Amino acid sequence: MTTYQEFIQQNEDRDGVRFSWNLWPSSRLEATRLVVPVSCLFTPLKERPNLPPVQYEPVLCSRANCKAVLNPLCQVDFRAKIWACNFCFQRNPFPPSYAGISDVNQPAELMPQFSTIEYIVQRGPAAPLIFLYVVDTCLEEEDLQALKESLQMSLSLLPPNALVGLITFGRMVQVHELSCEGIAKSYVFRGTKDLTAKQIQEMLGLTKPAVTGQQGRPLAPQDAAATCKFLQPVHRVDMNLTDLLGELQRDPWPVPQGKRPLRSTGVALSVAVGLLEGTFPNTGARVMLFIGGPPTQGPGMVVGDELKTPIRSWHDIQKDNARHLKKATKYYEALANRSATNGHSIDIYACALDQTGLLEMKCLSNLTGGHIVMGDSFNTSLFKQTFQRVFSKDYNGDFRMAFGGVLEVKTSRELKVSGAIGPCVSLNSKSPCVSENELGIGGTSQWKVCGLNPSTTLGIYFEVVNQHNAPVPQGGRGAVQFVTQYQHSNTQRRIRVTTIARNLCPSIHSPDESSYYRHHFVRQDLTQSLIMIQPILYSYSFHGPPEPVLLDSSSILPDRILLMDTFFQLVIYHGETIAQWRKAGYQEMAEYENFKQLLQAPLDDAQEILQTRFPMPRYIDTEHGGSQARFLLSKVNPSQTHNNLYAWGQETGAPILTDDVSLQVFMDHLKKLAVSSSA
Amino acid sequence: MSQQGYVAAPPYSQAQPGMGAYQGGFGSGPTQPLYGHYGGPPQAFSAPPAGMMKSSVAPAASMPLPAGSSQYNPNVQQNGSHPQSYPAPPAVSAPYGQPPHSLYNSMASPGPPPTQQLTNQMSSMNLGSHGKFSMCSFYFLVQGLQSPPPPASSVMPPGLQSPHMSPLMSPPQSPPESMPMASQSMAGTSMAGMGRPFPGPPPPGPGGFQQPGLGSAGQPGYPQQAGQFGGYMAGPQQNMPGAFPGAQSAMAGPPQKKLDPDSIPSITHVIEDDQVKQGGQVFTTNIRGQVPPLVTTDFTVTDQGNASPRFIRCTTYSLPCTADLAKQCQVPLAAIIKPFASLPKNETPLYVVNHGDTGPVRCNRCKAYMCPYMQFIDGGRRYQCGFCNCVNEVPVFYFQHLDHMGRRVDFYERPELSLGSYEFVATLDYCKNNKPPNPPAYIFMIDVSYNNIKSGLVKLICDELKTLLEKLPREEGMETSAIKVGFVTYNKVLHFYNVKSALAQPQMMVVSDTAEMFVPLLDGFLVNYQDSRAVIYNLLDQIPDMFADTAESETVFAPVIQAGVEAFKAAECSGKLFIFQSSMPTAEAPGKLKNRDDKKLVNTDKEKTLFQPQKGVYEQLSKDCVASGCCVDLFLFPSQYTDIATMADVPSHTGGSVYKYSNFQIETDGEHFLRDLRKDVQKSIGFDAIMRVRTSTGFRATDFFGGIYMNNTTDVEMAAVDCDNGVTVEFKHDDTLSEETGALMQCALLYTTIGGQRRLRIHNLSLNCSSQLSELYKSCETDSLINFFAKSAYRAILNQPLKNVREILVNQTAHMLACYRKNCASPSAASQLILPDAMKVFPVYMNSLMKTAPLVGSTELSTDDRAHQRLSVMAMGVEDTQLLLYPRLIPLHNIDVNSEKPATPVRCSEERLTDSGIFLLENGQSMFLWLGQASSPDLIQSLFNLPSLAHLQGHMCALPELDNPLSRKVRSIISGLLEKRSNSMKLQIVRQKDKPEMLFRQFLVEDKGLHGGASYMDFLCYVHREIRQLLT
Repeated sequence: MTTYQEFIQQNEDRDGVRFSWNLWPSSRLEATRLVVPVSCLFTPLKERPNLPPVQYEPVLCSRANCKAVLNPLCQVDFRAKIWACNFCFQRNPFPPSYAGISDVNQPAELMPQFSTIEYIVQRGPAAPLIFLYVVDTCLEEEDLQALKESLQMSLSLLPPNALVGLITFGRMVQVHELSCEGIAKSYVFRGTKDLTAKQIQEMLGLTKPAVTGQQGRPLAPQDAAATCKFLQPVHRVDMNLTDLLGELQRDPWPVPQGKRPLRSTGVALSVAVGLLEGTFPNTGARVMLFIGGPPTQGPGMVVGDELKTPIRSWHDIQKDNARHLKKATKYYEALANRSATNGHSIDIYACALDQTGLLEMKCLSNLTGGHIVMGDSFNTSLFKQTFQRVFSKDYNGDFRMAFGGVLEVKTSRELKVSGAIGPCVSLNSKSPCVSENELGIGGTSQWKVCGLNPSTTLGIYFEVVNQHNAPVPQGGRGAVQFVTQYQHSNTQRRIRVTTIARNLCPSIHSPDESSYYRHHFVRQDLTQSLIMIQPILYSYSFHGPPEPVLLDSSSILPDRILLMDTFFQLVIYHGETIAQWRKAGYQEMAEYENFKQLLQAPLDDAQEILQTRFPMPRYIDTEHGGSQARFLLSKVNPSQTHNNLYAWGQETGAPILTDDVSLQVFMDHLKKLAVSSSA
Repeated sequence: MSQQGYVAAPPYSQAQPGMGAYQGGFGSGPTQPLYGHYGGPPQAFSAPPAGMMKSSVAPAASMPLPAGSSQYNPNVQQNGSHPQSYPAPPAVSAPYGQPPHSLYNSMASPGPPPTQQLTNQMSSMNLGSHGKFSMCSFYFLVQGLQSPPPPASSVMPPGLQSPHMSPLMSPPQSPPESMPMASQSMAGTSMAGMGRPFPGPPPPGPGGFQQPGLGSAGQPGYPQQAGQFGGYMAGPQQNMPGAFPGAQSAMAGPPQKKLDPDSIPSITHVIEDDQVKQGGQVFTTNIRGQVPPLVTTDFTVTDQGNASPRFIRCTTYSLPCTADLAKQCQVPLAAIIKPFASLPKNETPLYVVNHGDTGPVRCNRCKAYMCPYMQFIDGGRRYQCGFCNCVNEVPVFYFQHLDHMGRRVDFYERPELSLGSYEFVATLDYCKNNKPPNPPAYIFMIDVSYNNIKSGLVKLICDELKTLLEKLPREEGMETSAIKVGFVTYNKVLHFYNVKSALAQPQMMVVSDTAEMFVPLLDGFLVNYQDSRAVIYNLLDQIPDMFADTAESETVFAPVIQAGVEAFKAAECSGKLFIFQSSMPTAEAPGKLKNRDDKKLVNTDKEKTLFQPQKGVYEQLSKDCVASGCCVDLFLFPSQYTDIATMADVPSHTGGSVYKYSNFQIETDGEHFLRDLRKDVQKSIGFDAIMRVRTSTGFRATDFFGGIYMNNTTDVEMAAVDCDNGVTVEFKHDDTLSEETGALMQCALLYTTIGGQRRLRIHNLSLNCSSQLSELYKSCETDSLINFFAKSAYRAILNQPLKNVREILVNQTAHMLACYRKNCASPSAASQLILPDAMKVFPVYMNSLMKTAPLVGSTELSTDDRAHQRLSVMAMGVEDTQLLLYPRLIPLHNIDVNSEKPATPVRCSEERLTDSGIFLLENGQSMFLWLGQASSPDLIQSLFNLPSLAHLQGHMCALPELDNPLSRKVRSIISGLLEKRSNSMKLQIVRQKDKPEMLFRQFLVEDKGLHGGASYMDFLCYVHREIRQLLT
């Protein structure tokens, strides 16, 4: 352990945990003085190639309200075969299978390097993964075609035993039967009628007594597969489904002039949620919603079908003029909660030039750990590659996705947990380590994270409860244990346990955009979140190697190429001179090989980022004066604006047409406030 | 032969069946029948208090009351009100054996008529010759009907109240002087079967089958008549209180000798006579108030300014000038309009007039359409409307000079000026939402629940549709039909099919949301058959297999119709649903029905509920259907009660038909059903129709009966109207009509053609008006009258007890005839029944009507059948009701196999059957081949290829195709009939004395009804008695 920085890095690499304070305040009073709370970013499924899972179940503390997992911080009496829980100090005998342990023969969970350990539990039958495509057919022909191709392609990426289902919607909602031969059958629902889960299941003919089993127990998949003709193993129906997708037509109902197509997104989702609820509760499932526009009818409607009524803007929302906002949001929240309860996650792939109602629908993904991907068209590489990346595989050839996660946090007595922020819902588990002060989703020590991937990160907030007059003795350590149960994409049930001891946190957009950014912000790790907050700007020139430069208008120079990474966008900006050279075609000439290399360098760097990031960022290649240059200009600090262009007496950089204050002005103001007596 | 006098002298006491029924009604029925059609007058007759009866009749009749009448009336009253108090008179049995003498006299009668009768006869004839029509008259023995002479009647009241009445009754024998004469003259005409011994106590059930001794003519013994009378009154009433009176009569039926049935007016004769007189001739419609040939007559129509009788028939072609006259005669003034009637090949189809963008020329005030009754004046610049007399400017484009006769020069070039019937092309103003309509669509909705799959019906339908759809009706001159087709299968949920031509395979879309039905697709649901033939074939092939393993036995119904409505709405077209349903819809969905069949209600005041549809869902559905031009044809294949009253509610309001195949079996009913289906699909039809009947001032259309929907009092809305739909329209006076101008009516039907054109079909008819009732009676048409009575009675039973309705029918019959007798016939003896020539067979029809299932309160009849018949009749035209109420009974054993001439039907009575005969009976709904016990083996061999009748087994539903003249002839007669009738009929082969013969017998309408109801003769007697009562 060399530097503190390295310590932090190592901890993060090993445990996926990064704390705001690595020395915890010893009392409540001290904690409050810190302003920034004791908190951490936790990445439950941090990719750990060097962490082979163990094939047995964790040993739990026998105290009923503790149940902490045996970990390297526990004190162990090898002779008495007893271990003391480091959270509640309960002394527990080892189970008989640990009879052989000794100083030199320790189970993995006791070794310090296994502060994070993963168990494979063999309980219940393995549940197949379920992918339910919910497809908007009110798309332009070209878009629909592209989407159909992406969907057909995705079938080849699914494990053969995964179950797939298809729901299409426009004015009506169609649930396609996949098992049938001959005539293609579908069950149709009116797009305007809010149906209860029971009605939906009845109408789909799913209400066999077997299906309405106990909640919380996954149904034997064989039974469900037999009874549910809407969700079938890929290997059995991929030909059928490929054809079905191929024959998919645009919504056949005529759209009169001046109207939006009638899009029954709300009912479609309700049917999807109801279908899964009735057939595979508590089994890993992904509802993948593909939309090309806002819901325009029925429950969950975001905007009416009259084109002359535009979709709500921030302005409308401020003025309380967004007619459908509250109702729709409430509707989707209810769906999201149902879905979360059943452990199903919902992805939204929204590709349209206008807004699609993500603001109202965001909770569907936010509460269920689903993805939101926003693009202009299904016929873009942004969508195509991002969608493909959803099915990306890890070093074991397994999907980088997990389902039905339950994250539990246990704390030693100095700490209590105040809440979590991230793609999760509360499980309302009141344990002794739950703080009364809520921060984020609080009041619980357990959260459900329906959809997880290796980068899914939650912010967890703690409260130091030690009283000032009873300080922790010197050398006292507080501990936190994260227990994450989940369904691995290979259908195994797994439990990952991370135990740490110590003595952080973290524009004009459309409501949809804001929802989108927030969605990603709350689930990305520190670096990525920071990029979202402050984009990175690299400069490439003949003056030296590429270097990070100030995100400032003064960095925009004619002989530079800039690469800006805002997480959602990758912008390559060619300065005026460079652009002229490029236009003149110097890069094609042998003697200007160095120019060619200069042009290539940012492209290569961008490619690297593109390949790893999810969702794929919007890739923009522009130049001085190009219309897309606005993506850069809107992000840089307006140190030079049209107002002060000549004040600085310098002819460098690019003036920004804005009335926003520059960082300089902001800092000056901050300084003034900091020293003023009234502060 | 038009001048025919009928004299018959049945013993009065035979009228038991009818009498029982009506008498009972007199006494105990509600004093105020609700039967709305006939207004006040009938109440006067049916009201029990004698005083009332007298007071209303007497003034109307303007006859001085006989001295004894005041005593007579109470007598009647008591008869009715206390019938139970009469014990069976044992003593009378002897007299029964000696029924009174009846007298029969007719022109053809060989026996010399008694002078008095002859006189009457002559006077009738004279009158007839004056008025161009003859009267026929009946003589009844005076004592036969309860109008004892005054001296006797004074004795009767006390006598009637006492159990010892019978002996007392015998004295009132004092007959009019004519009696002995009558007896004498009839002596030679006694019939076989007379003089059977009186069986004593009334035999149960089957006794009803016996022909109640019809007029034991020829037997002296008139004095016993009174005894019989008493016997009649007492016997049945006492023994079987509450039973259907008709049945009682049977029991009381005394074994009497029969009167020669040939002596009473015969429908077959009337039909034959008219055929002889007018058959094969051209009927030119150029004369106002012209009475057309009978519906049964084969004639050709030339339209010269009045609508063909195929389109409109009236109950009378001469309206009474005043409301008072109309009220007095009680002859309903009605027209039966069949706006889409098919025309024979040799008649010109309707011309289509196009007035361009301005649309048809119409009167500014009353909106009547240009027609021959518009009088052009002012050199052709203006015209006066014949209906409202408003003077209108002639539109510039329509101007034409007048000739020296004041007629437009283009008179013959413009159908709307010279013809009774024609069509206008409608402009956008006449279209829904001012948009030209789309061609209509036919949606086939097949119940694929267990029963229909198991019976093989689904496969049968699917196979048939492949060929049938090639034959969808198409517009004149079009290569293919413009009608779109769509397919739905259903059980508890509905399956829609996408059969878009571009698809390789049809697609099924299941809609389970039966609570709020909708169509899941638009494009591809309703398609052009020619374009999508391959996909449709594929679908029709797969449907039976797809559901082959179904276990679903529950069905929905209202959502199925709703789906059709929604489909038409979405496609913005009108059309027709063909629904093939197996059972009552019991699945949880709107319009779910439950068994409410309750035989205990029969013959109670609540019986009407059996005919009333369940309210709610279906009511609204009818409304929706009509609003979107959705006609519903229902094919039912029930194995038990299905609440047809409710299930047929929508079809019956949308111009649709209901076909019922109980216990459907593919072998025996398959072909029958397919024939119906083929006819139904191929029918000429118009959609989304609205009809308006305009009349000249002084009278107006007040009531409408048919497969229609009325949102207001004038617009007749019909989701569809086909060639068999008849709408009966009743007229009432507003004012005095003028003899000079007559009465005009114009029926305008706005509809969408099968090709998707909006058209106006106009039928004009002019009638005479007269202040002489004799004119009215001369111009009556019995077939139309009975159509009107059938419909109004069938509607009335929805609201009042059957007993009342039957009573009203008889009363009105009697009243109409009495009024004739009083006002039109020359004076004659009271004993004489005088019938107007044009109505002489009216009583047969009326009696037959009263014996139809809906009007007979018998627990043996299926409630569904009764409801079904009630509803089908409501939409019938005159031909159909005529045939239904008087079936054709065609002897086949003696037909000339080489003759082209159709076999001549005989009267519908058991007496016409012979043991060695073979008869074909059909009434447009059912068809029987009746084989006499002793029919010749040769005939059997020729027809069935069997050595004898005994070898005939199983349910044969068609004759084998044998290569011999008789077989060919019979089969051609049968196929000719099947071709001609609007419905297919299932041929039922019955052997004499076999059990199924019962079914056959109920169609022998001149006989006593199987489930109650009088024989023709009894009915006539009863009516006569009523008439006489009215006339006193």
